[in-house]
Amino acid sequence: MAGASKAVADSRANLPFVYRQYGAEQLKQVLYKMYLIRRFEEGAEECYTRGLIHGTMHLSIGQEASAMGICMPLTEDDQITSTHRGHGHCIAKGAEVKRMFAEFFGKTTGYCKGRGGSMHIADVGKGNLGANGIVGGGIPIAVGAALSSKMMKTGKVVISFFGDGANNEGAFHEALNMAAVWQLPVIFVCENNGYGMSTSTARSTAVKNIADRAAAYAMPGVIVNGNIFSEVAEASHKAVERARAGEGPTLIESKTYRHRGHSKSDRNRYRTKEEIEDWMSNRDPITLFENELREFGFIDDKGIEAIRNAVAQEIADGIEFAKASPSPDVSETGNYVYTELA
Amino acid sequence: MDAMVRELSYAQAIQEAMAIAMDMDERVFLMGEDIGVYGGAFQVTGDLVDRYGADRVLDTPISELGGAGVAVGAAVTGMRPIFEFQFSDFATLAMEQIVNQAAKMRFMLGGEVSVPLVMRFPAGSGTGAAAQHSQSFEAWLGHVPGLKVIQPATPYDAKGMLLAAVADPDPVMIFEHKLLYKMKGPVPEGYYTVPIGKADIRREGRDLTIVATSIMVQKALDAAAVLEAEGIDVEVVDLRTIRPMDKQTVIDSVKKTSRLMCVYEAVKTLGIGAEVSAMIAESEAFDYLDAPIVRLGGAETPIPYNPELEKATVPQVPDIIGAARDLVKGVR
Repeated sequence: MAGASKAVADSRANLPFVYRQYGAEQLKQVLYKMYLIRRFEEGAEECYTRGLIHGTMHLSIGQEASAMGICMPLTEDDQITSTHRGHGHCIAKGAEVKRMFAEFFGKTTGYCKGRGGSMHIADVGKGNLGANGIVGGGIPIAVGAALSSKMMKTGKVVISFFGDGANNEGAFHEALNMAAVWQLPVIFVCENNGYGMSTSTARSTAVKNIADRAAAYAMPGVIVNGNIFSEVAEASHKAVERARAGEGPTLIESKTYRHRGHSKSDRNRYRTKEEIEDWMSNRDPITLFENELREFGFIDDKGIEAIRNAVAQEIADGIEFAKASPSPDVSETGNYVYTELA
Repeated sequence: MDAMVRELSYAQAIQEAMAIAMDMDERVFLMGEDIGVYGGAFQVTGDLVDRYGADRVLDTPISELGGAGVAVGAAVTGMRPIFEFQFSDFATLAMEQIVNQAAKMRFMLGGEVSVPLVMRFPAGSGTGAAAQHSQSFEAWLGHVPGLKVIQPATPYDAKGMLLAAVADPDPVMIFEHKLLYKMKGPVPEGYYTVPIGKADIRREGRDLTIVATSIMVQKALDAAAVLEAEGIDVEVVDLRTIRPMDKQTVIDSVKKTSRLMCVYEAVKTLGIGAEVSAMIAESEAFDYLDAPIVRLGGAETPIPYNPELEKATVPQVPDIIGAARDLVKGVR
């Protein structure tokens, strides 16, 4: 019952999970971070459009509640593996946006010293073992991290984020099976945003719900509305408790939607404007969370405005930090290939 | 005091190295298919499961991709896995994790992690196992920056290089020719390492340098013994490491003998012989060459089942003798 007194707790008895579990300051911090993810990606997109960032990027705008809800019960020591749509996971696990911007700008102050960019963003110090450019690539790695946790008895829990596309990769099957056979402290989080690039789950996936596949690995399969922070956080809490107790893995399917295209090359020809409009106007995760916070009396309009302003400042500072940071020297191209060279 | 030296087989030498590594460091563990009670397809892990338990000699499901990924994940989070592929051919199922993840993770993350992972690949032909269980992929993996690729040719090196691999902070791929597993040789007791990235001159000679890898080292030595009787003095360089390659030892040898032949079992084209030849052509040793460089490699075919065909697809001792004679006598 972090942060909530008994009297307050009683008055919240009928509220959704997170409003019973967390205090007002923690919940406001969640809203702050959801905005931070949103504005970070909008900022990155703008910098890309202005030619300040090259390459490509995969935006998770619309999926912020999923990243935040899943990471809510984690400690700093717990670990995650992330995906090419991983900016939200990185921020949710504790990364600083200024070092993320610096990475996108290819600067030495970036989390990967400019060698990884958006698709390999990581923050090992905070337990983010890295986004991954290979669909499903991080799933077995998460199982390996969970094997380390079990062998070294560190008590760490590992989250493996992946998308609906990854659930049709062989790595998904092999990794979930091993995690279940060895009862490892790992949670598989499928962020189902409806499309693997352009191919809908209906056209790519034989089961209706990806969580149904959990039965094949004798682990719980949980479906949550990925746009409702409280639902996601509650499912994550249960799965983390289960993992920490040595009871093995869980598969969580977080049903969500990406407002933007797959990457910068996407012309959105596989879905309708109306569909996108509907998700943006009626099911936006930040709006939904904000409304609940307001309704349950955790924040008022002034408080929300203050958060938005603070986020805007952090984003602006982050972009300035990235711009002002040095680029790596071309003489350092060979660094970090092998350990002794670094 | 010198360590006691015994005659061990190549497989026993590897097993002893893994036991020593596990004794020395509790983070070291073995994983692979049927490496526990079965003892491994080639009995390399043998009875280690009885001595170290099923947690440290971990049988995996038949999941090469997933298993390799688990090994990568364990390595970056503090463990030191030694992963056995049942056959090197099955590495094809795990290329994603080896090439995209293990090899690149340190680089992509700007040096924030190391991947202290050892993978063992029983490789090569000669067992009648046909096209999908007989291949030699060391050059494939040797093409990937971030990996180290070694091919020990003797029991002594098999033990010492495996222990060097376990101590290495980066992913080391060990190709073990299956026909070498029963080869016996002197192996000291206890801990020692043989450095990765250093070739070894197995036999000194004046007339011709043969750069050989893995099982071809012994074949080259057998050929050299025959050629010696004909007055042809062959130097045999055991490359031992494919990446990073010990260029200087090869350059110095070619400068001395003025002739170069590369002998390796993998398919000849685009292989290790091409790399060694090109490296010499680019080096100061080029001006010392008295004859064109010769490559003896595997045939441009899959490995066939029929034993006579199988032998014919990879260099044999008479092939080396014939090619060396021609080279030294200026026929080529």
